[in-house]
Amino acid sequence: MFNYTFQWKQALARLPQMLDGALVTMQIAVLSMVIGILLAILLTMFRLSGIRVLSAVSKTWVEIARNTPALFQIYMAHFGLGSFGIHLSPFASILLGITFNNAGYLTENFRGALKAIPDTQARAARSLGFGQGGAFRYVVLPQMLRIAFLPMTNQMVWAILMTSLGVTVGMNTDLYGVTQGLNALTFRTFELFALAAVIFYLITKTITLGARLIATRLFRY
Amino acid sequence: MIEIENVRKSFGSLEVLKGIDLTVQKGEVVTIIGGSGSGKSTLLTCINGLEPIDSGRITVDGTEVHAKSTDLNKLRRKIGIVFQQFNAFPHLTVLENVMLAQVKVLKRPKAEAEAEAVKQLNHVGLGDKLKVYPSRLSGGQQQRMAIARALAMSPDYMLFDEVTSALDPQLVGEVLDTLRMLAREGMTMICVTHEMKFAREVSDRVAFFHKGVMAEIAPPDQLFGAPRDPELQKFLSATH
Repeated sequence: MFNYTFQWKQALARLPQMLDGALVTMQIAVLSMVIGILLAILLTMFRLSGIRVLSAVSKTWVEIARNTPALFQIYMAHFGLGSFGIHLSPFASILLGITFNNAGYLTENFRGALKAIPDTQARAARSLGFGQGGAFRYVVLPQMLRIAFLPMTNQMVWAILMTSLGVTVGMNTDLYGVTQGLNALTFRTFELFALAAVIFYLITKTITLGARLIATRLFRY
Repeated sequence: MIEIENVRKSFGSLEVLKGIDLTVQKGEVVTIIGGSGSGKSTLLTCINGLEPIDSGRITVDGTEVHAKSTDLNKLRRKIGIVFQQFNAFPHLTVLENVMLAQVKVLKRPKAEAEAEAVKQLNHVGLGDKLKVYPSRLSGGQQQRMAIARALAMSPDYMLFDEVTSALDPQLVGEVLDTLRMLAREGMTMICVTHEMKFAREVSDRVAFFHKGVMAEIAPPDQLFGAPRDPELQKFLSATH
């Protein structure tokens, strides 16, 4: 019944290729977070701008990002846009899809964090001669990022894991894509994917611990 | 000179300022007393344009505060304000709190801003707390930091909005001492306060607000010694 023979050596021999894939995975996650954070700041300002159209754009974005499967979002980036003649590479599609997802979740995080900062902070900044933008940038934003820091870490972990969805749009250079390719080549399914899982785990664990370390350094108040 | 002419202001259907007239000369210290809801704090936030007014006029050194063409950010550099809540910026050290607006708003070089910040913080007795975050300060210390932060902008006028009201009683003295020192140094000040003894000591004139009206204004000896307005008489006998 159970006559599978583990062949870890075969899988381990492919480790260098998988680690190259892990680098691509991290690249996608980092890029999607950096762009996602910038977009989320913008969308948060849209939401609070009091301008109907901008607020609606922000709300719609958040609703779709949070209430549809990430796979759908990535599919849309690749095949959806493809239907309109916009053909993105697998890398660009997965990056776009995850960035879209990140921006949506982070916007909600930022909005919540903003609510936790008393209005009097901006008021105090304004009374020192700051304009609205300056008060936001130098007084409100840094405090907001602190409150939103841990949720941001979670999203980063989520971004790493979401890269595995790239295989559905033909991505084959990231960790999951590479593993998939090796599997087709060697059929060491269990070993390869177990190894990939360990690498995923180590990456996300490093992010969580690293973030905690950064937090104690960055937020000494 | 701050000139307030027939200023009216409502929040919804509630009229909080019902035609206030007040002129404050350079170097003068005016305190405003009165019960809560009398409009005294609102007047301060109207003076630096944080609140719009419904009618009337407020001018600071000839610039009309609420005129459309007025650059409020620029005007506010002239007018320091300190609030009841201390509003320390929690993410910055004491020194950085006092430097921030100098560097970003006034565009002072960092070294100059730091020297000014150190000077002002020494002035209010916080010279040994430069590298500390506000969360480590007492309420009185945070409030003195807020005063230093406003003073570092080299304002011509200072507005104090019940700056001791949120403090534990034993911390009130240190903040009032700071205000006394400023008054002695000739700073033009408008203080909204509940501290009658303080008002009596430092003021050139004391104004009594009641239900959005300035019911009486006089030098402190006269206002406290021989109050004419019946509401003021009631107010003083209740607070003594």
